Order: sequence, then C-alpha cells, then structure tokens
Amino acid sequence: MFTFETYLNLPLIWGGLIATAIFLYVLLDGFDLGVGVLFPFSPTETCRNKIMNSIAPFWDGNETWLVLGGGGLFAAFPLAYSILMPAFYIPIMVMLLGLIFRGVAFEFRFKANDKGRKLWDYAFHFGSLISAFCQGVMLGAFVQGISVNGRVFSGGGFDWLTPFSLMTGVALVFGYALLGATWLIMKTEDHTQKWARRCALYVAVYVIGFMGLVCLWVPFINQQICHRWFSMPNLLYLSPIPLLTIWVTSNLFKSLIKKDETKPFFLSITLFALGYAGLAVSLWPWVVPYQISLQQAAAAPESQSLLLVGVVLFLPCVLGYTAYCYYVFRGKSQDVPWY
Amino acid sequence: MNLDPVFLARIQFAFTVSFHILFPAFTIGLASWLAVLEGLWLKTKKTIYKDLYHMWVKIFALTFGMGVVTGVVLSYQFGTNWSGFSDKIGNVLGPLLGFEVLTAFFLEASFLGIMLFGWGRVSRKMHFTATLIVAVGTVISAFWILSANSWMQTPAGFEVREGNILFPVNWWAIIFNPSFPYRFFHMVIAAYLTTAFAVGGVASWYLLKKKHVPYAKIMLSMTMLMAVFIAPLQVVLGDLHGLNTLKYQPAKVAAMEGAWETEKGAPFRLFGWPDSQKEQTLYSLEIPKLASLILTHSWDGEVKGLKAWPKEERPPVAMVFWSFRVMVGMGSLMVLTGLIAIFLFMRKRLFDSRWFQRWCIALTPSGFIAVLAGWFVTEIGRQPYVAYGLIRTSEASSPVLGQHIFASLVAFVIVYSVIFSAGLYYICRLVRRGPVSLKDEEIIYSGHVLQKPVLLVPTPEESH
Repeated sequence: MFTFETYLNLPLIWGGLIATAIFLYVLLDGFDLGVGVLFPFSPTETCRNKIMNSIAPFWDGNETWLVLGGGGLFAAFPLAYSILMPAFYIPIMVMLLGLIFRGVAFEFRFKANDKGRKLWDYAFHFGSLISAFCQGVMLGAFVQGISVNGRVFSGGGFDWLTPFSLMTGVALVFGYALLGATWLIMKTEDHTQKWARRCALYVAVYVIGFMGLVCLWVPFINQQICHRWFSMPNLLYLSPIPLLTIWVTSNLFKSLIKKDETKPFFLSITLFALGYAGLAVSLWPWVVPYQISLQQAAAAPESQSLLLVGVVLFLPCVLGYTAYCYYVFRGKSQDVPWY
Repeated sequence: MNLDPVFLARIQFAFTVSFHILFPAFTIGLASWLAVLEGLWLKTKKTIYKDLYHMWVKIFALTFGMGVVTGVVLSYQFGTNWSGFSDKIGNVLGPLLGFEVLTAFFLEASFLGIMLFGWGRVSRKMHFTATLIVAVGTVISAFWILSANSWMQTPAGFEVREGNILFPVNWWAIIFNPSFPYRFFHMVIAAYLTTAFAVGGVASWYLLKKKHVPYAKIMLSMTMLMAVFIAPLQVVLGDLHGLNTLKYQPAKVAAMEGAWETEKGAPFRLFGWPDSQKEQTLYSLEIPKLASLILTHSWDGEVKGLKAWPKEERPPVAMVFWSFRVMVGMGSLMVLTGLIAIFLFMRKRLFDSRWFQRWCIALTPSGFIAVLAGWFVTEIGRQPYVAYGLIRTSEASSPVLGQHIFASLVAFVIVYSVIFSAGLYYICRLVRRGPVSLKDEEIIYSGHVLQKPVLLVPTPEESH
C-alpha cells in the first residue's frame, strides 16, 4: 500500500486543506447566505428577483464546499469528526433544517404563484438566517473548547450554548450580511445597488464592532490563546494581522463611499481572510480545541495519502470549472418577467 | 417514555436516507434521459425534443434541489448519529466519500447551474456538454456511495488494529468489494426504470386526456423500450445480486425467503407471515422447490434457514420478507408491462388502448416503491450489524441523548413532509402544463436568467 508518510507531513497538509475548504465555504456560501439575510429588506419585488437571480446558478456549488468540509474532516480526521458532530448535535441539526428551507426555496419560488412566492421568500430568509447563526454559534463553541474522554465526546447536549457562542452567532450573521451586500453591489445596478451599498455601510459598522469584541473576549477564554498573542516576540510577529485588518477596514469604508463596484466585495473577503488567519493562529495545533491535535486525530497515512492523490488530481479541475461558471454568469443580474 | 438513543438514531437515519434516495433514484435516470433528448434535438433539429427537454429540466431542477438538501443532511448524520461507527471505519470509508465529493458533487453542482440557467449564454454544444456532465456526475456519485454501502455489506481489504480501529490494506479490494458490482448495476438500472415508468405514467395521462399527444407518444415509446429491454435485464441482475448475497450474507437471504429450517429442495413462499417468536412462517403459500432452484440453480440445492444462526445474529425477518416481495412484485409488473407493450405494438394499439394507459398511470410510482423496498431488504437484512460481521449497530451510535434525537426526528418528519408536499405540488403543476413549444428567444428558465441571452442566433431551419 502506498503512503507518502515518509516524505510529507500528512496531518499538517490535511489540516491546511480542511481549513482551506472551510474558508472557501465561508466565503462562497457566506455571500449567498448573507444575501438571504438581507433579502426581505430589499425595496421591491423586482429587486428580490434580481437578487435571487444573482446567486441562483451558484448556490448548489457553494454548498458543496460544506459537504467537502464535513466529508473531508470525516476522511482525514475521523476522530475529530466523531467527537465534534455529537458535540454540536443540536446546532448542526438546526443548521441543516435551515439549509433545507433555503435550498428548496430557490426552486420553489421560481415555480410558485404570488402568494406561494411570499412563503418561499420567508423560507429563504429565515433558512439563511438560522443557518448563518448556527454556524457562528458552532464557531464560538469550537473556540471555547470541547469536553472529551478518550475518543468520545463527554460533554452535555447544550455545552455549545454560552454567551460567547451566541455573540459569535450574531457576529457571523452580520459578517455574512457584509459579504452578501458587497456581492450585490457588484452584481446589481440602479436602486438595488444603491440599497445594497447602504446595507453594506450599515452592516460593516456592526462587523467591525463584533471583530473588536471577539478580539477582547477571546484572550480571556483560554490561557493558551492569550499567551500566544500577547507574549514577546509573538506580539511583533503577529502584529501584521491586526494592523492589516485596520488598514483593510478603512479601505472598505472609503471604497463604499467612493461607490466602487467590485472592490468592496474583495475587501470584505480580505477582512474575512484576516479574521480566519487570526483564528488559525489562536487554535493551532488543535482540531478538537485544547484536547486533540491534528496529529492525534489523523486518519491512517494510507487513507490520507489516497485522498491526497484525489485532491491533487481533482481539486484544480473543481476550481477551474467553478471559475468557468462564475465567468459564464458574469455581469449584472437582471429581472426577467415570468411566463 | 423510554427513549432508546440507538433505536431513535436508527429510525431517524432510516427516515432521512429513505427520503433522500427517492430523489437520486429519479434524477440519475432523468439526467441521462435529458442528455438523450438534447442529443436528439441537436442531431435531428426536431423542436419536439427541445420542448420535452425544457419541460423535464424544470422537474429535474426541483427534484435535484430536494436531493441536494436532503443529501447534505446525510453527510453530517454519519457523525451526529453514528460517531462510534465513524471513528472505527473512518480510515476505510472516509476517502470513498471524499472522492464522491471531489469527483461527482462539484461536477454536478457546477454544471447544473449551466444546464438550468445557461441556455443562450453558452453555445448549444456547451449546453449539451453540461447536461452530459451532470448525467455522468450522477452515475459517478452512485459509484462511490454504493461502493461505500457495499463495503458495509461485504467488508474487505482492511485489518483491525489498535483498539478496534480499522485500517485499509488494499484499496482495490475495499472499493471493488464483493457485493459492489452487483449493487451498483442493480441500483443504476433501478434508477433508469424508476424514471422510465414515471415518464411513462405522465405520457399515458396525456394520451388518456388527449393532450400533448405527439409529445406523449415519444415519451411512451421511450418508456416501453426501457420496459421491454431493461426491465428483464434488471431481473437477471437481481438474481445475480441475490446469489452474491447468499454467498456473503446468507442470513439475509434466509430472512428474504422466510426460511427457518435448513432444507434441501426448499419451497418459495409467495406470501406468509414470518413469526420470530414461534420461529416459523405462518399461513405461507408455497411453490415447492422453487427457492432452491432460484438460489442454487438446482431443484435439490440446500438453503440455510434462520435457525442456523443464534437469535441475536438474525435480522428482523418480517420487514425483510415483505419488502423483498414488494420489490419483486414491482419488478414483475414492469416486465409484464414490457410484454403487453410488445403485444399492443404488434397490433398497432400501443397509443390508443385506454386500459393500458390507466395501467401505466397506476405504475407511475412503481420504481420508487421498488427502490425503497429493495433498500429495506438490503439494509434491514444487514442487521444487527452496521458493518456486516464487524460492528454492531448498537456499538456504532453517538453519545447523544434520546430526547435530542427524538426532537430532531420530529423536526425532520415535519420539514420533509412540508417540502415533499410542496415539491410534489409544483411537479404536478409542471406536468399539468405540459411541454410548451417556444422559440429560443422565449426560453427563459422561469425567470432564471441573469442577463439577456446573448448567443441566440436562430438556425435557418427554425426561423420561419
């Protein structure tokens, strides 16, 4: 049986791959969940049609990254998967139910009459909102740590429910809304775009607030994190992350005020990347925080090697045709009358 | 109320997975059929194929959407409901599921966007390519998930090391485990037949109502081609699959037959009531020696009965016994439909026998019923194991409270009922409206268009 164990640090590579998959999920489904969060606040029915059209060809592909995140975790770190899933049982189930409602809403609303469409519009909004919130709650609970005994989750069914995790839940809703609003600035025009720009400005203020709150709160949750950020010489090495965040934020506001078309979206992405990098620095090297490291949870080297071959062969193709799809559906979204 | 977490986890998983399989069973066949329709349109330039494509692609989109959202649930339930299982077999099955995502899910999801919304935005060839890719993607997806499922039925290519954790030894043996080829072909063909009979039912309804007759004739002819050639093939595949099960999971076969005693020249029980308490099948209507003939291909072959296994090693008999009969019954009706179709075709009455139209309408859900029944046979027949002979279902569950599983089960039942009713309602509406002949400029996927179509240059044949 082939294995690259002797040449490569497989758990490290896989840790990086899973982190990348989850990050791509957060960006891609982030903007379409965010669009769902903002959806009912849009001014007219025409706006809503345009908004829906701007993400309809992509949502399925975007959600596949969630399956890759889950499936990849199962394949590369089965121990982590089998501890985290029961630990987050309730938020995962609620998130899945939310995703069901918003997913079917895409198809159903295009086929419904006016009254039915209202119903699916709400399904789309609340489904997106609840999914985003649950993901944020899980993120918060993840940062706070998981109880483990041997190879099994040993905590209670409501361990995930804390003030911190509720805060991160709300924070992620705003974060996704920022991605969604800046996506809409890029993909729409006229008064839909104007509305999206107002939303983005408004939401961005909250996002900055929540980022600050997280930065203040997290060091108190865990000694390790506090030590990692605030000891010398780490403080110097890590200082680019907060400094860049400040710089990107100011650029984002400038760009929104200058009425740029595409720049706000990419600046929001950069903001997410910086937040994600900060998280990665804080949590390294844990895959189940403060209990199980990437090395400990790693699947057999043979398993990680086989799937690595798959990733090397297929992931470039996936990225290629995903880019092609975004290229095919480039340009501004239109509202088209029903027939 | 005593809420047994293992039992509830099983019910919940059985519910979500049964519900999910209805959609792939339909979309695997539908994707391939849509590829055929679009190919025929490009080749013959007859707009009738294009109109049919546009009618069914909407139904495809609805079903595919429901398949996606119910499928995402499953990829997380392996962990939420069966973390003991995930921990022990992750090394072996994890990569298979990883490959499914990498080689199939992304492919389907990305090109589905082009298939649904790309009309007029990409060239006709590219659109056809997208349809083909989606069709191939559904089959690749079936390949990996059926490989993983078959491995749970007939585990191979692994060894058990340190603390009951499984390690892969031979990937070829794992992927192409003994029951996989049979299960794969049996299921893909089942999906094609499911689609064929659903389409045939719609066509017959149009014929009965004398609506959309030219379209209906095409649909019904295609269905009957499948019934004549593919349904009998499925019987042969099913028989081979059964022989494979007899070799590797004889207890399942004994349950399918309702056989308690080991005997030579065993009878085939048409009907009966397997009673696990009394350890016999009551009120059975038997055809002498037929079970031996089917299973061993000899009149006097020996068929092992359930009593050969201790009670705690036996699957629940009645469910397996009855599901098997439902599946075989549906298959027989499909084969019979093919025979009737040949007879009517010879007499040139295929399109105007009203009783046959009613017959086909009645068989619209036959494929779905057969697929569900077949999965009941194979999954319940695998019990009490989750990975046959290796891990018992009771050892596989997660440390989650029964109340929480119960609450989420109730939520799933409610949500799935709502979206299923809504989906069915919209599908029925699309069917009632039927195929509409439209010019290219008018083809807007129910408003699913982002920008004015740019690539629409009508060909000379069409611009009249």
